[in-house]
Formats: sequence, C-alpha cells, structure tokens
Amino acid sequence: MRRAALGAAVLFAALFVGGCGESEQVVVYKQGKYQGKPDTQPWDNAPLAAEQRGGNWTKSDRGSWETAINQRAMGQHEHKRIYNQ
Amino acid sequence: MARMKFLVDAERCIECNGCVTACKNENEVPWGVNRRRVVTINDGVVGAEKSISVACMHCSDAPCMAVCPVDCFYRTEDGVVLHDKDLCIGCGYCFYACPFGAPQFPQAGAFGLRGKMDKCTFCAGGPEADRSEAEFKKYGRNRLAEGKLPACAEMCSTKALLGGDGDVIADIYRERVVRRGKGSEVWGWGTAYGPGKPGAQPAAGGKS
Repeated sequence: MRRAALGAAVLFAALFVGGCGESEQVVVYKQGKYQGKPDTQPWDNAPLAAEQRGGNWTKSDRGSWETAINQRAMGQHEHKRIYNQ
Repeated sequence: MARMKFLVDAERCIECNGCVTACKNENEVPWGVNRRRVVTINDGVVGAEKSISVACMHCSDAPCMAVCPVDCFYRTEDGVVLHDKDLCIGCGYCFYACPFGAPQFPQAGAFGLRGKMDKCTFCAGGPEADRSEAEFKKYGRNRLAEGKLPACAEMCSTKALLGGDGDVIADIYRERVVRRGKGSEVWGWGTAYGPGKPGAQPAAGGKS
C-alpha cells in the first residue's frame, strides 16, 4: 500500500514537473532545395539563324549573351531608338 | 550580372491588352489561364484612371518558392523564377502566397479538377531541353535562349511595359520620367530612379 502510494506520488511529481518543462514551441523554418530537373542557361545555346535570332552571341559565353540581350532591351528606349538622343 | 525584371509605366499603359494577347499567342497558353493581365483602377473616372500590366514579377525573394511543399521552384542565374511541372502537385499554396496572383491553374472537367500550376516564365521556358518541343508544350517559348526579350514587353505598343535586365530598364524609365517630368510618384523616386530629385538630369552611368 505504502509502495503504491509512493509510486503514485513519484508519477504525479514526474507529470507535474514535466508540465513545467519548456520545450521549443516555434517551428523552425528550413529553406527547401529545388528538387526538380536541372535547367540549362540561355547562353548555352547557339544563336538562331540570322533572320530569326534576336541577337548574336558566342555559345557558352554569358557576357556576350548579356551584351546582346541588353542591346536588344535598349530597343525599348524610343529616345535612343528613334531620335538617337 | 543580369537580373531580369518587368517594369510597368502607369502613365503610358492604355489598357489595350496587347501584352496579354502577345503572351497567349506566343506561349499557346490554354483556356482559362492568363499569365499576364491588365489591371485598371478608377475605371471610367476622367483623369484618375490608371492601368498596369501584371504577371509574375520574378521576385528576388519569391514567396511562392518559400511555400512550395514539393520544392518545384528554382531561380535561374539571370534571376528568372521558374518551376518544374513534373513535380508540381497543383496544391495552390503558391497562388495564396503570391501578392500578384501570378500562379494560374488550368481547370477541366465537371468537378473543376485543378491542373499543374502555370505562370509567366519571362519567356524563358523551363527545365526541359532549350527550344525543344517538350519545353514549348509545357512552358511555352524560350525567347531568352533565342536572344530575345519577353513577347509582352516587345509587343507593347506604347512601351509602357519594359522587360529586361533590371539596371537597363530602370535607366530607360528614369530617363523617360526625367524628360516628361512626372511619374516618379508611382514607384517612389529613390527606389526606382536612384538619388536625385525629379527633373534633375541623371548622373552619367548612374544606376538606380
């Protein structure tokens, strides 16, 4: 009887103290990583035939592709494209 | 290093929907999906009506990417946010996360079955072989791999919609605003045009 009472007291104490514990309540966000297929870069392609292509660049040369695309973007600047100012 | 962006000039947009049509045609976007839309505020109010063309803004810290449970989004080296349709489960989290309503879901069937997410790709295709038939069917044309800019921006008749490297189009926009002397209030002068006051000449080689 005494042992049972002692056991119950220990169990109660354990539960009581357990309730006072401070466990982490905030979900820690972990940045996901892309799981899909790898993609190639636009500059890894050869330019299209002259009559179809937007610009000319050297295959696999990012710098030349960026120069070509930025040159094309300047076509949206009518002050430069039309009036050449 | 290029970082591809769109920039819309509300002073110039005439709500012609040419960008919407160009996008639909270029990428053969299915029924019920609009990768790009023209949004108008104060419709019909003289002097107060403004329109802008909205699509995926290819955010530098994209919320769609953060919430995707299957991590199907990726950002290319030139800053375009794309996704792998083979992985997408069509859950719609990205739609709720996106402040621009860019993710679209094709619906078919009597029960409104929701398909895989579709959105603006900045005409950069997706993770299939560049300029291939498979890439075109899933994601549309890969114009960047052809050395071209997005069809919507290139088709814009008033050049309200600018597309390309953020530095280049911001320079175009800044020079335009300086010439006409207004429009800076839309985006905030400091944010969009760099230091200086409206009406001042842009610094040589200055970036915004």
